Amino acid sequence: MLLTFAIVAGLAIASPAMVRIPAGSYRPLYSAAGEPKVRVAAFALDRDVVTRGEFLRFVTRQPAWRRGAVRAVFADASYLRDWPGALEAGPREALAQPVRNVSWFAAKAYCSAQGKRLPTADEWEYAASASATRRDASRDAGFRAHLLALYASRHAAAPLPRRAETNAYGVRGLHDLGWEWTLDFNSVVVPDDSRAAGSGADARDRHLYCASAAIGASDPTDYPAFMRYAVRAGLTARTTLDGLGFRCAATQVT
Amino acid sequence: MTTSSATLSRRPSLRAALPVLLSIGALLASATLSGCAGNADAAAVRRAELALRTPPETVEGQEVAVLTDAPNVPPAITRSHPTKVIVNLEVIEKSMRLADSVQYTMWTFGGSVPGKFIRVREGDLVELHLKNAANSTMPHNIDLHAVTGPGGGAKTSLTLPGGESVFTFTALNPGLFIYHCATSPVPMHMANGMYGMILVEPKEGLAKVDKEFYVMQSEFYTKGKFGDHGLQTLDMDKGIDERPTYVVFNGSVGAITGDKALQAKTGDRIRIFVGDAGPNLTSSFHVIGEVFDNVYAEGGTVASQHNVATTLIPAGGAAVVEFAAENAGDLILVDHSIFRAFNKGALGMLHVTGTPNAKIFAATKGLGISAE
Repeated sequence: MLLTFAIVAGLAIASPAMVRIPAGSYRPLYSAAGEPKVRVAAFALDRDVVTRGEFLRFVTRQPAWRRGAVRAVFADASYLRDWPGALEAGPREALAQPVRNVSWFAAKAYCSAQGKRLPTADEWEYAASASATRRDASRDAGFRAHLLALYASRHAAAPLPRRAETNAYGVRGLHDLGWEWTLDFNSVVVPDDSRAAGSGADARDRHLYCASAAIGASDPTDYPAFMRYAVRAGLTARTTLDGLGFRCAATQVT
Repeated sequence: MTTSSATLSRRPSLRAALPVLLSIGALLASATLSGCAGNADAAAVRRAELALRTPPETVEGQEVAVLTDAPNVPPAITRSHPTKVIVNLEVIEKSMRLADSVQYTMWTFGGSVPGKFIRVREGDLVELHLKNAANSTMPHNIDLHAVTGPGGGAKTSLTLPGGESVFTFTALNPGLFIYHCATSPVPMHMANGMYGMILVEPKEGLAKVDKEFYVMQSEFYTKGKFGDHGLQTLDMDKGIDERPTYVVFNGSVGAITGDKALQAKTGDRIRIFVGDAGPNLTSSFHVIGEVFDNVYAEGGTVASQHNVATTLIPAGGAAVVEFAAENAGDLILVDHSIFRAFNKGALGMLHVTGTPNAKIFAATKGLGISAE
């Protein structure tokens, strides 16, 4: 594994494989009327999702994260279940595919090993609100319809697109390759019964109490966002899913 | 009429026949079953006669529910006691036929749209196992309108791909209910096919009929126009505007027409469990060429009306209709909001075989009638 970035006191300088995302603000799905947008500091985000090949190199060096060796508290039983073996990630062409069936713990450990971290949900959503041409496409009905179609066609059995979509920041495949882990995936959750006023089993912060799926949503027509939030709401840190991968982020020092 | 005595519930249903106007005060004053007889202040405080339903003291035995795909209905319950019923439902997301040459990625309860029909008995303890197939893209849950409990079960049944949730409930109220997924965004999960029905038979059971059918109306909102070929996806704007591309019975255009028509013979007493999943539209349900002898409006347990041609079914609701097949021929099921039937797919067929009875109907002159 090549380390393509310098590690300085735990902060990584963006490598060429990372994209610098400038500071800005965005409106999360759940925010009260009149509440200011959420500020997002500048950060760097992996241009691409982590691949099987990259994850194979990681587990090669860190046996504790191999399938069959990982502790049960850190990953459920389907961890890396699509791999033929603990150190076999599939045929050559599979190595370039996004790694799936990794738990939050494993994703976090991977990023940490690269001197990076997982993006926060705010960072991820902020970067992911860019269309191919506009950095803030959050109010772009066409972009939203496009995402909905992407998600709808994203059946787990469906082949991945030949080329991932690149957004206005230069980040690739945020929406078309699968769901992605975020550092704080369960800090803002949709209640399990998404119509009830905020009493989700994982209620942990103030957002929950205005988090009825529609009431309290800044934009009840943002179905793609509802879908992402609903997926996150169901996750635990040891969950692994066929359709869930990740990429890493870094807090820039330059 | 051969079915004039057939009623859904053989019990003179006191509690179900009490559509009471409830004032808040009446509610507060009536936490018990007792009526207001002997109450000196009866005129001032009229107690609502509402049964406080309690689960049975004991349930005997255990069984696994027989689940069926539309238009089939599980067999009638012959038990005369409550039992524990295990219901196994698996959510499966898959591309399915919406119309000829039109596919849609349906989200299903049990692999078909509408979802599996569940049949239990009033007082049964239902243990519902909701699985979500490992290759699903979304988490899902279930809200059964028959459930007295948080979210109809939805609150505790969010299930990830590859996961399983289990909850139990006592079927307190008899009736015909729909169930559906309530995961955010709810309209999308319902627009993609996540609904079905659960029948809670009253303790006394249902009157015997010769044929029972399961028919559920629903809408699909597609990017393409009606009939546009290929894999279609949800058009959210059409959904919000309540402009469906398709209105269908049993999940697709032609699901119960032609070779797949419902089948009966003359003399059959017929009961149809009709649901309306919406997600938006109410149904003006009608069977062309027939009159309903009994209608149990809104899925309730009392025949609310007799001799009805068209009955209104709310979105998220149901109705039970009963009639006898007096004559041979094809009966046509429609939503009588008739553009839906003609242009959007809301058509079904019940083929009745037998000898035509000219006393009931005879054409004597007109186009297509050959002179003897």
